[in-house]
Formats: sequence, structure tokens, C-alpha cells
Amino acid sequence: MRFALSEDQRILQASLGRALAELSPLDRVRRFADGGEQTAPDIWRGLAELGLPGLLVPGSTAAWAWASWRPPWPRRPWAQRWRRRRSWGPSWAPLALRGGTAEQRARWLPKLAGGEATAGVAISEVVAGARDGAGVTAEGGRLTGKALFVIDAPGAHLLIVADRTGALHLVETPPAPVEMPNIDATRRLSELVFDGTPAEPLGGNDGLARLRDAAWVLLAADSLGAGQVMLDKAVAYAKERKQFGRVIGSFQAVKHLCAEMAAELEPARALVWYAAYAFDNPGDVAPEEATVMAAHAKAHLSEIGRFVARTSTEVHGGIGMTDLLGLHYWFKRIGLNRQLLGGPERVREAAARAQGLVAA
Amino acid sequence: MDLRLTPEMAVFRDEVRAFLANHADEYRDGQAKDVLAWQRLLIAHGYAARTIPRAYGGFGAEPDVLKARIIAEAFIAAGAPRGIANQGVSMLVPTLLEVGSEDQKKRWIGPTLRGEVVWCQGYSEPGAGSDLASLQTKAVEDGDDFIISGSKIWTSTAHAAQMMFCLVRTEPNAPRHEGISYVLIPMDTPGIEVRPLKTMTGQAEFNEVFFTDVRVPQANVVGGRGRGWFVANTTLKHERGMLGDPNATEARLNSLIEVMKTETVDGERILDNPVFRDRLMQLQARVFAMKFNGLRIMTDDTAGLARLVVKLQGCELNHQIAALAIDALGELGVLYHDGPHLRAKGRWQWNYMFDLGLIIGGGTAQIQKNIISERGLGMPREPSSRAAS
Ligand SMILES: Cc1cc2nc3c(=O)[nH]c(=O)nc-3n(C[C@H](O)[C@H](O)[C@H](O)COP(=O)(O)OP(=O)(O)OC[C@H]3O[C@@H](n4cnc5c(N)ncnc54)[C@H](O)[C@@H]3O)c2cc1C
Repeated sequence: MRFALSEDQRILQASLGRALAELSPLDRVRRFADGGEQTAPDIWRGLAELGLPGLLVPGSTAAWAWASWRPPWPRRPWAQRWRRRRSWGPSWAPLALRGGTAEQRARWLPKLAGGEATAGVAISEVVAGARDGAGVTAEGGRLTGKALFVIDAPGAHLLIVADRTGALHLVETPPAPVEMPNIDATRRLSELVFDGTPAEPLGGNDGLARLRDAAWVLLAADSLGAGQVMLDKAVAYAKERKQFGRVIGSFQAVKHLCAEMAAELEPARALVWYAAYAFDNPGDVAPEEATVMAAHAKAHLSEIGRFVARTSTEVHGGIGMTDLLGLHYWFKRIGLNRQLLGGPERVREAAARAQGLVAA
Repeated sequence: MDLRLTPEMAVFRDEVRAFLANHADEYRDGQAKDVLAWQRLLIAHGYAARTIPRAYGGFGAEPDVLKARIIAEAFIAAGAPRGIANQGVSMLVPTLLEVGSEDQKKRWIGPTLRGEVVWCQGYSEPGAGSDLASLQTKAVEDGDDFIISGSKIWTSTAHAAQMMFCLVRTEPNAPRHEGISYVLIPMDTPGIEVRPLKTMTGQAEFNEVFFTDVRVPQANVVGGRGRGWFVANTTLKHERGMLGDPNATEARLNSLIEVMKTETVDGERILDNPVFRDRLMQLQARVFAMKFNGLRIMTDDTAGLARLVVKLQGCELNHQIAALAIDALGELGVLYHDGPHLRAKGRWQWNYMFDLGLIIGGGTAQIQKNIISERGLGMPREPSSRAAS
């Protein structure tokens, strides 16, 4: 037994960290956030060159290349930098195509793996619950209704849509997304209205559950990365800033705030790793394990993410509130991840349910 | 304890309620339609500036805790705005009443109460936040004037203010706490530059303020030259009372209850979800505790510690109320700026971020805890730190 990253994974981590530092430094993030760009093709291209889009596409060259890199979920430095991209790391939408027909897979997987096509995902209503009358109905190969909080819709070549029953559909001519402005200006959420939009059903009966579990692990990893950045920044600032003739990091109150953040984050990292492992190796774990761990990772990282986001800001004092350090980008990413695809209460309920702890 | 309402007080309560009912079309969603007109109306009826002498523009009533409470409760119940509670009204006015000269009181209190003069608070500097006494902005005597140079930071509403109450160092050679004076500075004095600072909310709620040879009459000093530290602490006491105001917190809790009553997920009211309902009830208990703590502070001489915890607890509660509102809204709770699905114009998100700022502003939570433990519990100061408050 060995509960640690492999050599390959460390290498990937490091090279990805370097690539993202170059592709997307803070001023690039600001330009994206303030300029209203819907996609960031420059960053996407850079990541595609690294082979990232293929990570989740079985059989692609990239998947071969990274075959030893398991589980395929980002760890810290990678997750840290996600905010700098327009989207979620390697698109997780291809997972939905695992249940698709040979023809659907042949048509889309190579393009998705090569980064030439991107896919959006509309599953909020069935995962997080429907608000404002949203929900999509499928009938006779056509979709009708509206989907809110659609992820990665701008510029997407295809769309994975869950209907009200949880069945997945493939839409190749998505309706125009309407932006839903949210606190995290580095991520675009959209509303889509379907009006008899042609769609192909995606086979496989656990498609939605797999997609949801994947998203939960990814959101957890993203918050983990953001939380780690916020801790690192707080520690660095506390060693520098002086008040009362001392660096503030020498006050026990400030030290303890930092130590508490670390004490929450370190075990959470192991939880996220395990959730990723369970997702990726369903054969090695109990049947409900992937869902239970994905749900716990998502909910737990939401809770401690909120604590870390707030605490790191407090350690910075007034300047933590400002736009000057950009600290708020991570703060808001953590805030968004908490609610997206279900807040912690709802997601924990799913964890209980998956273990049979909820009376039928 | 005596909490009974005498018949006389019951009549007073009915008067306040009738006033609010009669003027119900002058406010909506806790906001006055015409802020200045509403403020004048409240002062005229004694629902704002109630105990401030008439000579200075107040209503001139005797302090009466019960009546104050009756007014607060009626306003909360009606969802009516309490009138202006900015830094001028809540901090400068009580400070002037305590230590201002007769001229200063006559000149500034009335216009400030009526909202005609907006003030900002120039205390913090880049190098002097928690350690306020290390402030460097200097005022050099020149005839009847001071010439001020230096800079302030995190100055809320400086961009909208006509006046600043400001801490400057007038006695560079005196011990830290004895060399400071509290001066009133017109913001249109030549040499003052205000630069807005954008915060995480996306707005610029505070500013940097730069002083280059700014000339201010020495007569604008409040409470005596070199006495600024003492005067500032008077103001800070009022600031902490304002930031931790339990009435404002209770009003906010009531809007949260409204959110949880009206919002639904999959057709089910949030309030019908037992987990959320329990979180709400936990917060409500804490809000009630702070409300009664507030009543106690006003009437119980032994309430020392109770006073010291108000800022820490009040600001924390406000932040938690916003947090629960966002959680109750779920994915809708991440929306901001605009759009058809946005609730309350993004106010909960704004509060969640800005109220974190108020946990930091006015003395950080850690400084509050130092004060509670050192002054309230008599614990020793941390070794080798200069006075932490
Ligand atoms: C929203 C907002 C509005 C504000 N409005 C105004 C205003 O109108 N006018 C004005 O003058 N100022 C204003 N301020 C400034 C505010 O008073 C300061 O931010 C605050 O006093 C903290 O100072 P600082 O930002 O320099 O942080 P620092 O003092 O540098 O603190 C950084 C961290 O160190 C900790 N720390 C510092 N000293 C100690 C200690 N002895 N023991 C333990 N921990 C310690 C702090 O708790 C904090 O976590 C505002 C601030 C905010 C956030």
C-alpha cells in the first residue's frame, strides 16, 4: 500500500504548474474577469498542447500517455490554477459519452481529446434541485424547457443535458447561452432555453451519477487548491506585515489562524485524493464508495473552504478585502464551488442515501 | 428585572405604530424613498436623534431605555428604516457631545444629524491599522493653523464626504499616545486627494486619502491638542456599538426568514427543510441573546464584559446571517450584478463580503478578543507587544 502521488503524477503536477503560471498569470485572470470574455482560447490551446483535454477520454493518445497517471484528477498545484482557465480542467463531459453509442463516441471523442471541440454540461436541475421553474423535458428526440447554471456553454460544440428524469442527451446544435453573472468572474454560467431542440439520447444507466460524482470531486479539488493558495498567501503575508513593532505572524492569534487552516486542509487533501481514487477505480472499492466519497469531498471542502477563505482574508486585514492582491478570486471561486451542483446539506444527504442511512 | 409595559408606555407604543402605519408609503424594503426627508421626519417625531438636545438639532427627550426599545421594536416589526446611521451620526456626534466645544457642537451636530453633512473617519494608515497609535500623518503648527501632510487608507465614504474627523500627530516628540490630535477637516481643502479603492464586492466602498500641505485651523481640534488618542477611543466605542447594533441584526434576520419562507427548491420551501430550519433557529437564538444583551447594557451597571463582546459577536452574526441566506438560495446564491434570477439585487452576496470587512474594520476580531481577554478578563498582555488596543 502506498497513499501518495506517483512519480509521474508529481511530474505532471510540476509541469502543469509551470505551464499555467505562464499561460495565465494574475493579469491574464484580471483581463478575463473584467473584460467579459466568454472563453479564453489562448489558455485552452496551451492546455491542449499538454494533452489535458484527452485525460478523460479513454483510448486517446493522451490517455495512453498518461495511462499511469491515476486517478486522473488534479492535485494541488493543478487545482490551484484552475481558476485561471475558462473552465474545469480537462473537460469532464467526455465521461458522459462512455455510455454513448460507438458512432457517438467516434464522432466526438477524438475531437474532445484533441481539444478541437469542447462540451458544456446542463445537469443542475436534477443534481442541485430546480429553481425558478427550470427543467428540461425530452420527447420524440427533442428537448424543451430551460436549464440554469449550465457549465462551459459559451463556445461549446456540443452539450450534455439531463432531462427531468435524469436521462442524458447529446445536443449538437445548442441554443445560444445567456450569461448568468455570478460572483466568480473567472467562470461563466449560462441559462439555456430549449424549444424543441433536436437531441440524441445517451445510453448507459449510470451516466448522470458518474457525471455528478466526477463534478463533485472536481469541485472539491478546485476548492482544495484555492484554499491552499489562500493559506500560502496568508502565511507569507503574516511573515511580512508588521504591527506593534512585530511581524503579525508572531502573534499567537495569527499563528493559530494559519495553523487551523492547515489543520483543516491537510486531511482534506487526503480525502480528495481518495475520492478521486474511488471514482476512478470503482472495481477496487465498495459499490457505493465512489458516490459517498465524492459527496463527502464536495461537502467537506465546501465547509472548510468557506472557513479558509474567510480566515485568510482576516489574516490580511483591510488589504484582504481589496482588489489589490486578487485574493478575492480564490475567495469567490470557493464560494461558487460551495453552491454549484448542490450545497453541502444537500450533498451530504446524498452521501447518507448512498450508504442506505436514509429510511426508504 | 422589570419588563412590564405601563399603560403610559402602551400608549407610546401605539403612537409609534400609528406613525409607521401613516407613513408606510414613504419607505419600502427597509429603505426610505427620500432619505433626507425621512430623517427630518424621524427627528421631528423623536424617532431619531431622540436624546440629543434641541439646541444642537436633536429631539431633546430625556434618555428612556424602554421608549428607545419600543421604538426599535416597532420599526423592526414594520420593516421601516431607522434613519441615518453613518459614521457622522453614529460616531462623530456622540464624540462631539462628550468632548466637543460649544461652537463645534452648534456648528456640526445639526447638519450631520439631518444628513446634510457626510463625514468620513481618517484613522487608519498603511502602517497603522491594528496598531493605530503608530500613525504618522503629521500636523505642523503655522500661526493659527496646522499644515497636514501624510496619508490615510481604508477611509470609508471619503469620496462622498464633505468632512473628515481625522487623527494626526501634532507632537512628534511626545510618547506615542500623547502626540495625537483629533481634527475636523473639510474635504474640499486644497491639497487633499481621494483615490477610490475597489474591494472584493466590485465597488469602491473605501479610499486612500492623501494630504499635501493641507491647511486647517487649530480651532478644528476636538477635545484638546495632544488628547486625540483619548477622543479617538470615545469615537471607537461608538463605532463598535454601531457595528454591533443588535437592532440592525434582528432586522436582517427577519429578511432572512422571509427568504426562507418564499424560496423553493423542487417546489419545497427552504423553511420546510429541517436542516435549514435548524440552522435558522440556531442563529435566531444568538440574535435574541444579543438583543437582550443590548437591553442589559443600557440598564445594568454590572454589564462590563457584556459591552466588550458586542462588536465581535454582532459582526460575526451579521456575516453568518448572510452566509445562511446564500446557502438557502443555493445556486441562486452565487448570482451577482444583475440578471432575471438574481435575488434582492445581490444584496446577500454583497453583505457576505462586506460584512467580512466589518469583522476586520473597527478593530479586527483578533483585537476584539485581545480586548475581551485583557480588559474584560484581566489576563496579561502578550509579551513584548506594544499596547494592543
Ligand atoms: C470594510 C472596512 C471599512 C473600514 N473603514 C475605515 C474607515 O472608515 N476609517 C478608518 O480609519 N479605517 C477604516 N478601516 C480600517 C480598519 O480599521 C483596519 O483595517 C483594521 O483596524 C485593521 O488594520 P489593518 O488593515 O492594517 O490590518 P493589520 O493591523 O495589519 O492586521 C492584519 C492581521 O493581523 C492581526 N493582528 C494585528 N495585530 C494583532 C495583535 N496585537 N494580536 C493579534 N492579532 C493581531 C489582525 O487581527 C489581522 O488579522 C476599514 C476597514 C474595512 C475592512
